[in-house]
Amino acid sequence: MESVLSRYRNLVILVGVLFLQVLGLAVQVKRSGDAQDTRLIRIWAVGAVTPMEKAVVALQNSGGNLWRNYLYLRGVRAENRQLKEQIEQMRLEQVRLNEDAAQARRLQSLLAFKEQYISKTVAAQVIGSIPTDLSRGIYIDKGSDHGVQPDMAVITVNGIVGKVLRVFPSSSLVLLINDQTSGVGAVLEKSRLQGVLRGTPNGEVVLDRVMSDEQVSPGETVLTSGGDQIFSKGLPVGTIAKVGAAKDLFLNITVKPSANLDKLEEVLVVLQKQEKQAVAEDVPRARAADILAQRLPSVPDQPATPANAGAKTTAAGTAPPAAAGTVPTAQASRSESGGQVSSSAPNSSAGTTKLTTVGQTIDSKKSVVVPQTAKQQDSKPKPKSSAAQPDAQPPSDPDTPH
Amino acid sequence: MRSLRPTQTLPTSVPITYTSGEQVEVYRFSLPVTIGVPLIALFLQAFLPRRLTFFSYFDLPLLVTIFFAMARRNPIAGLLTGAAIGLTQDCLTAGPIGVYGIAKTVVGFAASSLGAKIDAENAATRALLTLAFYLLHGVVYFGVARWLLSMSQRFSWSHGVVAGIANAVLGVGIYFLLDKLKQRT
Repeated sequence: MESVLSRYRNLVILVGVLFLQVLGLAVQVKRSGDAQDTRLIRIWAVGAVTPMEKAVVALQNSGGNLWRNYLYLRGVRAENRQLKEQIEQMRLEQVRLNEDAAQARRLQSLLAFKEQYISKTVAAQVIGSIPTDLSRGIYIDKGSDHGVQPDMAVITVNGIVGKVLRVFPSSSLVLLINDQTSGVGAVLEKSRLQGVLRGTPNGEVVLDRVMSDEQVSPGETVLTSGGDQIFSKGLPVGTIAKVGAAKDLFLNITVKPSANLDKLEEVLVVLQKQEKQAVAEDVPRARAADILAQRLPSVPDQPATPANAGAKTTAAGTAPPAAAGTVPTAQASRSESGGQVSSSAPNSSAGTTKLTTVGQTIDSKKSVVVPQTAKQQDSKPKPKSSAAQPDAQPPSDPDTPH
Repeated sequence: MRSLRPTQTLPTSVPITYTSGEQVEVYRFSLPVTIGVPLIALFLQAFLPRRLTFFSYFDLPLLVTIFFAMARRNPIAGLLTGAAIGLTQDCLTAGPIGVYGIAKTVVGFAASSLGAKIDAENAATRALLTLAFYLLHGVVYFGVARWLLSMSQRFSWSHGVVAGIANAVLGVGIYFLLDKLKQRT
């Protein structure tokens, strides 16, 4: 016996080492259903590697920031101007969306819907990835010290990224949606077909469990369904890139993720979600002009007495409705159903968004209130009466010259 | 009976293996190199694919395992090196600890056993061996993942061969650099 052991010593040791590892695997697999506490050996390994990654990322960022923020500022002024214009347009869009949201809340409250809100997030930087191409994951620089816990959703502004798999004191491992072991509840935006989003060995994302007799077209948007209890409903996932031949009763659908999973740099970890009953806001309907006045703080004050008009024009929201040369109510036209401001998109042209009220035109690009002449006003329908618009302020006599 | 045994080596003697009539040299490495090189390989493997997507095709820890195993030419040292590097790599993944450990243990053992019998100083030989060990590593990994753990892993031979060739090319370069860290026994 002894001679056999000594003769095949190498093989015996090989078998012994392999046996120990298989035993270790067996213990882990058996315990995988239990509470997912992180093993000490994992913490040590991550603790040995992540400080190097953090240091390199910090060095890289410092160099990059120095270059971008202090040295390479070409085109910043023009970009700043463009962004300001974009903000103005988005503010107008926000007015419309607020009205839409209010309407949606009213409808949801009627149907006793419960809504989920992402109420708290923490921004994290990607410091590394899983060192193999057979599974897909990233390491982020936020861990349990920052409130991160397993199974929290990780997103970017473009779309979902994955979920937190393991948490260490100052870092976390995030399993990406293109990993083979991941699964995300998804729904197609238009057809409302539901499926399960999975990763493939080569890193693609496929939508599984959609029956082969369903009609699915490339380009359709995929959203989270909320069924996995990790991602809130309605978060963008991606678009359908390819619909392949049916396999095992199910369509073979390839999805192009909205978030660029190969080049992630910063992500958001959803720390807290709130579920609450939708409640319709019991506030009187605000006038679009008032909303605009709140949303457009940059609208400059007009000179007290413009020379050419001989009329008093002040900034929107502060202007008395009976200002000369304007129709007094200054009521934005609303859709009958929800009081939508019927403006921005149709009137947008060449980067300029105009919200046309009955009494005045607000040019978002120039941020000025353009008074309209009496002739222009005559061509437009005047409000029938203040009773038709109960939330409008009582106008003074529109024909009274000032 | 004892005297009929074919060959006996004293505990203090060094077994010498020959290939093509030349003595195969056995190398050793300093402690910082033994620990530092695998750690750097693991770090680069975790860090670079985020910046260079194509780098995910490479398996630096495997290349380091093969290099150390073939340079030491000691099967026990080879399998232990493979086990240590593989288990550390497992710790950084999302899967159970031990899958890469087993795969790299087998590769470490095979590489050191083969390294003791053939001349592995030649670049072409090294490239071929790296390709073979890469495929062996893949087969063992998928075998363990699929049959022991019932994980939904699929092995693609075409992907394996392409990635194996890429690793072989990179491996030759890395071995050349690591050769400078060798110390003769």
